[in-house]
Amino acid sequence: MSDALDIYRLLETPEGVELRLPVAGPAARALAWGIDCAIRGLIYVLASIVLGQLDQVGAGALLLLLFALEWLYPLVFELWRGQTPGKRFMKLLVVHADGTPLGLSAALLRNLLRFADFLPFAYLTGLVSMLLSRDFRRLGDLVGGTIVIHAASSSSATSEIPPAAPLEPPLSLSHEEELALVSFAARQAELSEERRQELARHLGPLAEGEDPVARALSYANWTLGRR
Amino acid sequence: MSRERFVARHQDDWTRLDRLLCELEAGSSPPQADHVLSLYRGVTQQLALVRHRRLGLDLEDRLNALALRAHQQLYRERHGLWGRALRYAAGGFAAEVRRDWRFMLAALLLFGLPFWGLIAAIGIEPDLATSVLASEQLAEVEEMYSTPPGSGGRDEADDLLMFGVYVWNNVGIAFRTFASGVFLGLGSIFFLVFNGVHLGAVSGHLNQAGLSHNFVPFVIGHGAFELTAIVLAGGAGLKLGWSLIAPGQRPRTLALRETARETAGVVAGLAVMLVLAAFLEAFWSPARGVAVEAKLAVGGALWVAVLAYFLGAGRGS
Repeated sequence: MSDALDIYRLLETPEGVELRLPVAGPAARALAWGIDCAIRGLIYVLASIVLGQLDQVGAGALLLLLFALEWLYPLVFELWRGQTPGKRFMKLLVVHADGTPLGLSAALLRNLLRFADFLPFAYLTGLVSMLLSRDFRRLGDLVGGTIVIHAASSSSATSEIPPAAPLEPPLSLSHEEELALVSFAARQAELSEERRQELARHLGPLAEGEDPVARALSYANWTLGRR
Repeated sequence: MSRERFVARHQDDWTRLDRLLCELEAGSSPPQADHVLSLYRGVTQQLALVRHRRLGLDLEDRLNALALRAHQQLYRERHGLWGRALRYAAGGFAAEVRRDWRFMLAALLLFGLPFWGLIAAIGIEPDLATSVLASEQLAEVEEMYSTPPGSGGRDEADDLLMFGVYVWNNVGIAFRTFASGVFLGLGSIFFLVFNGVHLGAVSGHLNQAGLSHNFVPFVIGHGAFELTAIVLAGGAGLKLGWSLIAPGQRPRTLALRETARETAGVVAGLAVMLVLAAFLEAFWSPARGVAVEAKLAVGGALWVAVLAYFLGAGRGS
């Protein structure tokens, strides 16, 4: 698997195994931000309808609410469970760069730095910083030592590999090639027939004029040790 | 071992770990929480095997996700928030401000020189105020301080409104002063000088107009917290910017992160000071029925207390 193509941060745990953190890019994060903006805007509008009845006292409370929505909303939610409602919807999670859950000082710093990231408008500084840094980090992430990742789903089922007559490939395959074969076999159920054919055609001469999909499944079965 | 046998052998463990993690993530502590550790160790080992034997990307992704969630449960910062906050307020805050005294002094000069400079200059040349502020603005502040604090038309409802204004405005200004320090300190310098010039022009003008006997009793109380906090925010921002200019023997990103960690406490502390200042400014400074002398005395005492705190607190530890 090519690490240059897939966007992972590699994390070596004390147990000696390498975990892959799937880093989230600007598009997903911008959407999450948009959702948060909508939620905050809605809260503000609703509150101003209610508090608008109370002249001075209401106006004071509204300003306090505005302060809370701008500065405390992301801080409190990210401290609580590592994601604002918008990030929760987009299944994003803020963690320390070493994969551990967000702590107080990191949450404080990354959210204070929003002001710098926002300049001159619409998070332009943050976007430039994300594109220039590894792991898509805006200034707040660099300062706070955090990254935003796609939250691990709670259970993704492993699909069955369809059985087929195992067949030894005519030449020895590399690690990546074997992995590609097995992953292709495991994804059978989610692919259309046309896509299956298209992908299997990459076997080229290895298919020897047979149906390339059937050949790929046979090789995959052999690779998995069904002999 | 074939993929099926491998999955069949470990499936129960994975399901068990997944269920335990779900409970831990929901905030409850299941009785078999101890098992997470051994199950996690098992999963890391199985993940390594899946990779080595190329048992498929889907399986690998699934185990990676499981191991990552367990990792997040096992390795995390422990924070006894309130205990830490209290100990910090008792002296750690002051000690950290003294540790960064060079930056704090620089911020004090960046704010104080334009401030006092303008007050002195306007004393000599009164028209100078109009080159900083529009004459309507000057007329407005003159109007505001034309009567002693507490004797104007303000009532309790206005006090509440102003509390909101001060929190929204002042805490926001301080946070921006800090955050914009990340641009090599330039943003902090801008906000410090800007505020020094603005406040200096207002103070100088009121002084010149002979209204300082109304103005000073109003600002002296909350000023002790508000002005100090703005300087601290600027100092912390300068420190942040300096870590990019002179990172020492570290990469700049690392220097920035480590320096930021050192300033996080100061920023939290000054935010508390500003909320305190907003409270005083809304409810004490304009208080009705308090003699001007009492406001001056309390204000003076607050200044002494703030200075004594930052010079003396937390020296023992």
